[in-house]
Amino acid sequence: MAEERRQKQCSVILPTESMKAMAESVGVGQLQEESCVAISEEVSYRIKEIAQDALKFMHHGKRRKLTTSDIDNALKLKNVEPLYGFQSQEFIPFRFASGGGRELHFYEEREVDLSDIINTPLPRVPLDVSLKAPKEQQKAESTEPLKVAKPGQEEEAAIQGKSQGATAADGKGKEKGLIRLKPRSTHELSVEQQLYYKEITEACVGSCEAKRAEALQSIATDPGLYQMLPRFSTFISEGVRVNVVQNNLALLIYLMRMVKALMDNPTLYLEKYLHELIPAVVTCIVSKQLCLRPDVDNHWALRDFAARLMAQSCKTFSTTTNNIQSRITKTFTKSWLDDKTQWTTRYGCIAGLAELGPDVIKTLILPRLTVEGARIKAVMEGPVVSNIDKIGADHVQSLLLKHCASVIAKIRPQPDNVEQYRTDYGYLGPMLCSHVMKARTQAALQAQQVNRTTLTITQPRPTLSVSQSGLSGSTGPRTPSIIKVPSSLTLMSPRPGTPSQPSPPATKYIVMATSAGTATTQQVITLSSSQSASPVTSTVPSATSTLQPLVKLESGSGPGLTGSRPLQKYIVVSLPSSASSSLEPKSSVIPTSISSTSLEAGMKMERSESPGASTQSPH
Amino acid sequence: FRAVPDDGGLVDADEDKDIKTEASNDSWGNNNANDGRLLSPSPGSSASAGSNKSAAGASEEQQTLLAVLQFLRKNKLTESVEILRREAGLPEDSLEPKGAESSGAGSGGASGGVDLEGGDASSLLTAGEDQPDVNVVLSAYSQQGDPALYEVYYSGLKRFIESVLDCHRAELSQVFYPLFVHMYLELVYNNHESEAKAFFEKFSGDQECYYEDDLRVLSSLTKKEHMRGNETLLDFRTSKFVLRISRDSYQLLKRHLQERQNNQIWNIIQEHLYIDIFDGMPRSKSQIDAMSGSLAGEAKREANKAKVYYGLLKEPEIELPLDDEDEEAENEEGKPKKKKPKKDSLGSKSKKQDPNAPSQNRIPLPELKDSDKLDKIMYMKEATKRIRLGPDNLPSICFYSFLNAYQGLTAVDFTDDSSLIAGGFADSTVRVWSVTPKKLRKVKSAADLNLIDKESDDVLERIMDEKTASESKILCGHSGPVYGISFSPDRNYLLSSSEDGTVRLWSLQTFTCLVGYKGHNYPVWDTQFSPHGYYFVSGGHDRVARLWATDHYQPLRMFSGHLADVTCTRFHPNSNYVATGSSDRTIRLWDVLNGNCVRIFTGHKGPIHALAFSPNGKFLASGATDGRVLLWDIGHGLMVGELKGHTDTIYSLRFSRDGEILASGSMDNTVRLWDATKAFDDLETDDFTAATGHIHLQDNSQELLLGTYMTKSTPVIHLHFTRRNLLLAAGAYNP
Repeated sequence: MAEERRQKQCSVILPTESMKAMAESVGVGQLQEESCVAISEEVSYRIKEIAQDALKFMHHGKRRKLTTSDIDNALKLKNVEPLYGFQSQEFIPFRFASGGGRELHFYEEREVDLSDIINTPLPRVPLDVSLKAPKEQQKAESTEPLKVAKPGQEEEAAIQGKSQGATAADGKGKEKGLIRLKPRSTHELSVEQQLYYKEITEACVGSCEAKRAEALQSIATDPGLYQMLPRFSTFISEGVRVNVVQNNLALLIYLMRMVKALMDNPTLYLEKYLHELIPAVVTCIVSKQLCLRPDVDNHWALRDFAARLMAQSCKTFSTTTNNIQSRITKTFTKSWLDDKTQWTTRYGCIAGLAELGPDVIKTLILPRLTVEGARIKAVMEGPVVSNIDKIGADHVQSLLLKHCASVIAKIRPQPDNVEQYRTDYGYLGPMLCSHVMKARTQAALQAQQVNRTTLTITQPRPTLSVSQSGLSGSTGPRTPSIIKVPSSLTLMSPRPGTPSQPSPPATKYIVMATSAGTATTQQVITLSSSQSASPVTSTVPSATSTLQPLVKLESGSGPGLTGSRPLQKYIVVSLPSSASSSLEPKSSVIPTSISSTSLEAGMKMERSESPGASTQSPH
Repeated sequence: FRAVPDDGGLVDADEDKDIKTEASNDSWGNNNANDGRLLSPSPGSSASAGSNKSAAGASEEQQTLLAVLQFLRKNKLTESVEILRREAGLPEDSLEPKGAESSGAGSGGASGGVDLEGGDASSLLTAGEDQPDVNVVLSAYSQQGDPALYEVYYSGLKRFIESVLDCHRAELSQVFYPLFVHMYLELVYNNHESEAKAFFEKFSGDQECYYEDDLRVLSSLTKKEHMRGNETLLDFRTSKFVLRISRDSYQLLKRHLQERQNNQIWNIIQEHLYIDIFDGMPRSKSQIDAMSGSLAGEAKREANKAKVYYGLLKEPEIELPLDDEDEEAENEEGKPKKKKPKKDSLGSKSKKQDPNAPSQNRIPLPELKDSDKLDKIMYMKEATKRIRLGPDNLPSICFYSFLNAYQGLTAVDFTDDSSLIAGGFADSTVRVWSVTPKKLRKVKSAADLNLIDKESDDVLERIMDEKTASESKILCGHSGPVYGISFSPDRNYLLSSSEDGTVRLWSLQTFTCLVGYKGHNYPVWDTQFSPHGYYFVSGGHDRVARLWATDHYQPLRMFSGHLADVTCTRFHPNSNYVATGSSDRTIRLWDVLNGNCVRIFTGHKGPIHALAFSPNGKFLASGATDGRVLLWDIGHGLMVGELKGHTDTIYSLRFSRDGEILASGSMDNTVRLWDATKAFDDLETDDFTAATGHIHLQDNSQELLLGTYMTKSTPVIHLHFTRRNLLLAAGAYNP
């Protein structure tokens, strides 16, 4: 194989066309073919020679990658002036184009927007070279007098953010390899760190809620906890182990909150400690008993909370190598499918699965609704076995309804028929049906909320309210003072038709309305009322554009087209420059009533078509 | 003081030969005539030595001399010509007519007919030998056969060698590679480009895989013009490829070639190959492979016959004024008994004169200063606390990672007491770190120094400027990447060698550059201080290793003989010898006293990047880009071990303080520890092996490997054993 490669190397030379192109670029017109061949052979030979010299520099630079500076040095070796600068991504002097039987070489010169270059943020200043030696190693060799790992360097490494993680892991990996023959030394904490650790753990499981909140806040935000992480992790896992046996619900909740805080801390890397944390969390989800009085205490909340934690850690840490999510899913499913599983555990399994997302609900929970429904029915309507079972079944039922309803609402087309639901989901069917309907209306409501917030976000700048007030003509005396606002000056420009300055992009205002017609105007008023004094304005004028349509009505198609997705309807209202309209009498003044009526019409149409529509901003 | 009475008469024939190379280099290359002028005094002085021993290689040397003369004349350096001619004792008219003749012959050779048969060619060749010209070396290739027949010749020989008895086949196969190269070059030289290409394609696949790099260079060379200034070619021209073949095998080859009238090949063998014939059993394939691989074949046997004083120098007697104190401290700890016998043994060892050691004043060494004595005492104290290493007691390794080096770390060194680390970087800076709580401080400025009380006891403390204390200092001065770095034993100086062709000496008191040693015109790959200080050695792209003394701005010795870049340089523990590794895949040992090359070690298959002497001075370890560590017995001049395991270039090698463990660090991100005791104890160096140099290497790398330690992504570029045998490693983290 090597031989083959060698033979190829022997014959590789640059194409003569390149030589011709090069010659033309320096003004030599007709180069004979033989000259081209001779030159290309010579050039190929020299390039190879330089490449071989450059390799030498790479080896002495103790690198695996050949860099441009190696080439420079090789050129220097040959007494050739090095190439200055390799800034461009691809160092191709000119490009080739062909077509219509013509071959053409051209310089590619892109137009560069100066402002882009000026506005690009400066790259981060590269960090200075620093020296690092693992601390543990020094400790392991106690007779060694060297004291290299200074605390200052440790902190410096912590500030380095991402690279710090890498280097810390680097150091770790090395230790594992290097001190194979020695017992693994433990992390020793400084006195301050020990104190801190003591304080934090005590506060976390103590009785004072204020202190606890402070401690959790510290865990969630403090950047220097890496050293203590193994201890925290052990603390939590041991704590859960003990308190599950003692059924100490409060402490379990506190510990879970600690886990949450640790996960919230962006400077910590929990991957190495998941083997301790995940079992603890899972225990809090599925344990048969978590409290002394299962019928009274709200251990369900703990299960929910832990399930959410679990889902979060799956999302953050699951990789193709550790497969956390699939392993966890398997665990939950297995114990859920078991008939003998108690209601508490059952609840935990379902909660854990449900928190993993709608996809998991769809594939794993929905198909089992019938079976689960029958089981619940047996407890609820059968002979009274025990109060605890009944409570458990009740909780499972509400859990299933809560999580499944929203998913069903998304995947099932309307209308919601109770009988249909009963045949599909058995005992839970009717309840599901009502929940689904509730979910749909709620979704619609939420959509409105979303709608409203969107509008507030696109709230126009002060400039616009100025012009608005001008338009409405209600605040005559105020205008002159407002003209002094620099941005509003453009509005007064003599030629309103030309966009005289890079105006803010929000020249179009989109009014989306789904609620009652009267509410529409109200809505828009609230939109602009924060700055403008005009009480009745339903349109928002455009700042610079004159050729925009006055009112544009856009209506989506019927509800059947997008399946369950409700109709979207929005009305785009834009006006020619308001300044012209208000200050120059020649230009047409737009009567507000027109736009408002048209809007109203739009509203009416919409109302009739989509009762529970969730509208989305087209932006 | 002066190191060696430097009268120039010490320069030997070896150096002479190199000068020839350089001179002819210059004439081909683009260097200006100044180089020639600069050189002329030294050949002048050396030529007297060279011409005096007219017995053996006289004609060759004379020829060289004449070539130099002609070159000088051509460049109108008449004065130099006069001087050189006078010194060489040549008659005035020695070159006039012959020069003309030679140029005529040269052109005649070039335009010579295609049907010049071998016999004529050899006669032409002998004529060429008489006629000195810089062209002559090249025109040795002007002998011509039918280019089409080259393939026939070569494949005929190939068939023959494949058909001989197994025991001879391996030996005779060695001929293939040099023959192939020379035949190819002949074809190229005579402008048979297509034939050359066909020849190369047909037979390059047959060559041993370890010649691949050379073949790659060769493959790009397809025109006569390319041969000018090509280094690889120069190497082949100027040095004969050395083969070791048993007498039987040689006879076989000779008979075959004579029977076939295969003069073409026979001429090449006679002209360009040096066949070192020995009596006895032919060597096996593995034996041959172990020794071959260098650019110019194996070392001649007589090259490794010179006596080498590899023993250690006697340690100077130091009265230990602080020792009582120390003793008391030890007593308190309750371990007085253990220590005393040890000390005695140490003492007795140093008193006994090692028969292999050079005499104490063979080369003048600097006298010990008080501070040096203190350091020696510290060293001995530390030595008593040293951990004895062995296969069951491996050293701890502490890894110093350079963060944010952006692939720019090119060299690292530790001080002997492990208190300072220096790094050389591609951005031409040198950085020094203190790894003890003691910070680095500069000496105060001259004005401030005037103010201090010079009589006070702590004057040494007072001269330091507290304001400048910091953990690291940057030394700027080079104008290219820093490839070599070395602390002086007394920690007062630092040497750095760079791509800019200079070696710089830095003071670690003032953190300024003291001297820039200029001599290498090309990148200087490595430099190292002598273990006794004062001297240092440097080696670089110009293929010459130079010995310097810190107070001379010109080198004291030039060690030339390598056929490619000198990539690494190491001092023997007794400072009397210098080992150099090279891109020509050989290691040479040079005598500091007279500049002779006393050992040539071949066997590596790639450029050598690491060397280490064992602490007892007997052995040398070398590591190369081929990922193998080879062990050499210096006294016998033999390869004694091969350690396979690394998968990439080995950049650092170090023996533990007592020599039990060899540590190797590589580009493959590992540190490996090897059992050196076992590797050296198992040797049976019987007389026969020593005499013939035929070694049987057992493949026991796996048994000798004591541990492999991975870093995550940090190539190991330096290793260092502290005085207590903790292993320190260093490298730049490579995200």
